[in-house]
Amino acid sequence: MIGLLKKIFLVDLFQGLFVTFRNQNPKYIYTEQYPAERPKVAERYRGAPRLNNNPENGETLCISCNLCALACPENLIVVTSERNEQTKRKDLTDFTYDLSRCMFCGLCEDACPVDALELTQDFELASYTRDGMIWDRQMLEEGPKPTQYKC
Amino acid sequence: MPDTFLDSTELILNMGPQHPSTHGVLRVILKLDGEKILGTDCVIGYLHRGVEKIAENRTYTQFNPYVDRMDYVAAVSNGLGYCLAVEKLLNVQAPPRAQVVRVILTELNRIASHLLWLGTHALDIGAITPVFYCFREREEALKIFEQYCGARLTTHAFRIGGLQYETYEGFERDVKEFCEMFPPKVDEYEELLTNNRIWAGRLKGVGILNGDDCKEYGVTGPVLRAAGVKWDLRKAQPYSGYEQYDFEIPTRENGDTYDRYIVRMQEMRQSVRIMEQAVEGIPAGPIMGKVGKVIKPPVGEAYVSIEAPKGELGYYVVSDGSTQPYRVRVRPPSYINLQALDKMVRGALIADVVAVIGTLDIVLGEVDR
Repeated sequence: MIGLLKKIFLVDLFQGLFVTFRNQNPKYIYTEQYPAERPKVAERYRGAPRLNNNPENGETLCISCNLCALACPENLIVVTSERNEQTKRKDLTDFTYDLSRCMFCGLCEDACPVDALELTQDFELASYTRDGMIWDRQMLEEGPKPTQYKC
Repeated sequence: MPDTFLDSTELILNMGPQHPSTHGVLRVILKLDGEKILGTDCVIGYLHRGVEKIAENRTYTQFNPYVDRMDYVAAVSNGLGYCLAVEKLLNVQAPPRAQVVRVILTELNRIASHLLWLGTHALDIGAITPVFYCFREREEALKIFEQYCGARLTTHAFRIGGLQYETYEGFERDVKEFCEMFPPKVDEYEELLTNNRIWAGRLKGVGILNGDDCKEYGVTGPVLRAAGVKWDLRKAQPYSGYEQYDFEIPTRENGDTYDRYIVRMQEMRQSVRIMEQAVEGIPAGPIMGKVGKVIKPPVGEAYVSIEAPKGELGYYVVSDGSTQPYRVRVRPPSYINLQALDKMVRGALIADVVAVIGTLDIVLGEVDR
């Protein structure tokens, strides 16, 4: 008898639908509306490299010690510098970072004694050319500028 | 010429390397009589990158990120194995705090690896629902990795001698929340699959490998434990402080595909148990042992094996006293488990090959290295 009533009132169907609607709760929705809404990556995220400048005078923090280039497993960092005769220090002339070979292990960042080289939270690194993946000093200081979409 | 009109001839069929159920680029050559399998031959090497040779041209520190790329679904376990091997060469030990954090992260990685296995294995068998549920929970685990070390998959979480990163604020809370959230989700998967008639029908009695065969083939991990052999390196040769934790080794008797499924499900619950115990008492203190900036181990060799999610993962490192290893040899669990494929599928049907490859839980990055 109960079985018959269950069949008439479609109890199983409503039980199933209850599960469906329970999962419609916005709390359980994981979809990101990607180009319009960018995911918030973690603070320690290892993304695009950046060469930091001193915020006070805009000069580079890099002391051209070459430690990052030595730490890199793929040898993709090239640091060029010239000796400044007045201050007897090395001045950074160019800094090349080949992102196409980078595996974002973070060893260069760990090696940097002055926190000049840093892996940032930028993750949109696509390029139309292979040359576009090789970043020079200017690109490293400014960071990537991905297209922003507003939907 | 066939004797009669209805006689069939043997057929050679290539399965893979692009077949979705081979979980990567495994090519299996099948010798078939109708749909019955008379023999198999695995062709591997499509993903060969020469990781062991790369090691000889890198310093010990520099090689560390490469090991993540072997078993990429369990990168943390790979990192732990390599770090422990070099630490044994250097004769240093990670400080207690580092050891506990290492245990938490490797167990979390074991869960993430098993979840990926469960999702894809169920997908191979024909159950589509579990993969979405598994990836939902795996995402939570990967979020903890991302917060901790900045990467989700190829984590590079550990360094030789300890850890590079201090735990982030809220690490313990996140791990506790995961431990609380996760067991009901395992119940959910079990509700979907364990007593499912189709699931049991497809898996029970398929790909049987008994304990003696497992030992002969050198098969380890859940495949061995499903055959009734109580062997887990976390208990047998404890490393990284596993002897402090109270957990069980789940075993089953039959050694078929269904039992391996049950064993892995129980292993996930045991991992949660270990994590719960570990997160309760993370000791304070340093996270890096007494290791110099330049790692230069004395002349010698060391072999360390750990219980990775897929089985015994061993690292054999030979040092010639320089900053670069003389030789690194990896004992990958997937590669050795894959040998048993022929034994397991002989006489079965093509559809069973899919189930057996799924249940072996191979990762081709590790098989080919």
